[in-house]
Amino acid sequence: MLSHLRPALVSMGLFTALLGVAYPLAVTGVAQAAFPAQAGGSLVRDEAGKVVGSALIGQVFAAPEYFHGRPSAAGNGYDASASSGSNMGPLNEKLIEREKTDAVSLRAENPGAVIPADAVTTSASGLDPDITPANARFQAPRIAKARGVPEKAVLATIDQHLDQPLLGFIGQSRVNVLALNRALDARFQKGG
Amino acid sequence: MNWQGWAEIALTLSLAVAVGWPLGVFMSRVWNGERTFLDPIMRPVEALFYTACGVDPKKSQSWHAYALALLAFNLIGFVITYAVLRLQGVLPMNPQGFAGLSGHLSFNTAISFVTNTNWQSYAGETTMSTLSQMVVLTVQNFVSAATGATVAAALARAFIANRGEGVGNFWADLIRTTLYVLLPLSFVVAVLLVALGIPQTLAAGVTAHTLEGADQKISLYAVASQEAIKMLGINGGGIFNANSAHPFENPTPLTNLITAVSINTLGWAAFFAFGRMVLAKKDVHALVMAAFVLLFAGAAGVYATETQPAPAQVAAKVDTTVNMEGKEVRFGAPATAAWVAATTGASNGSVNGMHSSLMPLGGGIAMFLMQLGEILPGGIGSGIAIMVVMALLSVFVAGLMVGRTPEYLGKKIEAREIQFSILAVVIIPLSMLGFSALAAVLPEALKGLMHSGPHGLSEILYAYVSGTANNGSAFAGLTANAPWWDVTLAIAMACGRFLPIVAVLAIAGALAAKPKLAPTAGTLPTDGGLFVGLLIGVILILGGLQFFPAMALGPIVEHFQVLGAVAALR
Repeated sequence: MLSHLRPALVSMGLFTALLGVAYPLAVTGVAQAAFPAQAGGSLVRDEAGKVVGSALIGQVFAAPEYFHGRPSAAGNGYDASASSGSNMGPLNEKLIEREKTDAVSLRAENPGAVIPADAVTTSASGLDPDITPANARFQAPRIAKARGVPEKAVLATIDQHLDQPLLGFIGQSRVNVLALNRALDARFQKGG
Repeated sequence: MNWQGWAEIALTLSLAVAVGWPLGVFMSRVWNGERTFLDPIMRPVEALFYTACGVDPKKSQSWHAYALALLAFNLIGFVITYAVLRLQGVLPMNPQGFAGLSGHLSFNTAISFVTNTNWQSYAGETTMSTLSQMVVLTVQNFVSAATGATVAAALARAFIANRGEGVGNFWADLIRTTLYVLLPLSFVVAVLLVALGIPQTLAAGVTAHTLEGADQKISLYAVASQEAIKMLGINGGGIFNANSAHPFENPTPLTNLITAVSINTLGWAAFFAFGRMVLAKKDVHALVMAAFVLLFAGAAGVYATETQPAPAQVAAKVDTTVNMEGKEVRFGAPATAAWVAATTGASNGSVNGMHSSLMPLGGGIAMFLMQLGEILPGGIGSGIAIMVVMALLSVFVAGLMVGRTPEYLGKKIEAREIQFSILAVVIIPLSMLGFSALAAVLPEALKGLMHSGPHGLSEILYAYVSGTANNGSAFAGLTANAPWWDVTLAIAMACGRFLPIVAVLAIAGALAAKPKLAPTAGTLPTDGGLFVGLLIGVILILGGLQFFPAMALGPIVEHFQVLGAVAALR
């Protein structure tokens, strides 16, 4: 055993220098040079250059004139320094109560339409940047009313921002909520 | 369920095999010490390692020496990792200002990363400094994977040997696997992942001012470099708490496909590399076939369970096509199902959806794939090694039926090999069920549970199954950062890692000393459909029967509760 300790110690030192320092720094160097936007977290800025979020990370939307993301279990909601799912099992009472409560207010907003599942369920990360196209269309009447614009115009904005599955079958159809809401602000007045 | 979903699952799982084949050819050259196209860059680095360490890479070691070297290397890795985590608060590169970890959490995390488990009792973005993530955790991601690979290389040499003694040189296997396979491949994949959106920065984060005027603090790390080896090394420990569900670890369906394929591909590569070294390609294809059938069945099962009506969605009278709790919109049911099978069939343990929120049988399948001993295709090298143990047990069972001494790949399988084979696989149920039984009655353990009833039992069982199998995924409702859970899970991880490794190396030692036999008319063919069926049977009986009582009280009874609840709510 003792005769093995020297190579164990020395190789661990070399591995640390190579894999723990040189490797991540080399990847960082290449990444910052070749893909600075992605390497920095795909940050989205307004006209003044201020960071308004990351294109990849969901944020809280509660105002009626914005599309709302999914319920979130990350911190107090979309806490991007504390990602988390709810981890609730399928028979968890709190989960069942939460979904029922959320569904009641959604149904009041758009009676008659089927409520999409992603509108009442929390994502795995708590930071899901997307909603399903069905969820976006479900919210269109509320947004049209809040902004005083025809529902058709809102639906057209959704269609322009659909992300389709790769090759038709890899991943799911989705809409990025931040991108969609920025498009709304660019296109329509905020208040009605 | 739809054709797009089935196509995505089939593509994800089979692409890993397809990519694994050429990688396996390359890996066998690396293990054989042959020239590769990377020699101009890596040969000098390799030589530097040997000189500094004072080892002769050509000197073949006995299985004792090989095992001792492996254990010494892992001991040093454990000590360094433990020390850095404890002292994190006073060490540099800590822009987050995090304190050092507690004794039990450092112990658990150090064992976890050294054993290639990457169980995480902590949330990355609220616990780990940049230094800890880079300098100890990333390093262990590489070398723990390479440690597993050495076992397959040694076992392969034992089958080749004709009355030989040595099983190869541990240091050469470790260093060559790291330098020629893991490091270059990780570099390429890491850069690719950055191009596709994964961050890679030394900054700790930014604060965004959201559209609604709130402040959102966004954590950042050098994510891509660790993400690549987290997958390729079959480690699974995420930078962030949400692991591969976090949009920074896995932002798009394309990154999901690449990382999901990366989970299994080097595990398959080790199968193919073993087959090439032993000159038993067809026999190894039978092993691949058996593993792939079970893996695909697992993914199909999870896809089926996740498209059943979830009770909460039925109660809320919303769309019930997919159980969306704990899933990301961009992945949906099929990409999550493929990942569940890939991550639990390999000993990866990363997640792109929350396993605790899966339907009961979906979570049960995840547990079941781990209970089979992490051979579908398991960790790099450790997977094929345990799969060969299963094959030895299969020929032994067949030998008992016809009354002949069994042979496998030209070696007689006798008492010693079977004893060590049983030793290698007996630790799995012993640790999984033994610790679960204790935890189920100790108040100290039960404090950590989020659920009571069958789902609570599943939380306990999943934790020890995952720890012992060196997987690392969790029913994450469990609050595991407490002395009982941290310490017992660390023991489960260490036993589940090192006892099978030592047993396999002992088998290698025994096999190496035997003469290499030519197959005769009485030899059971181990390359056809009959053997695939026999092998699957042995794997299922070893895995299934032992765990059935515990599973019946956890996921199976919860499944019937769900059926009852859904019927009552409708």
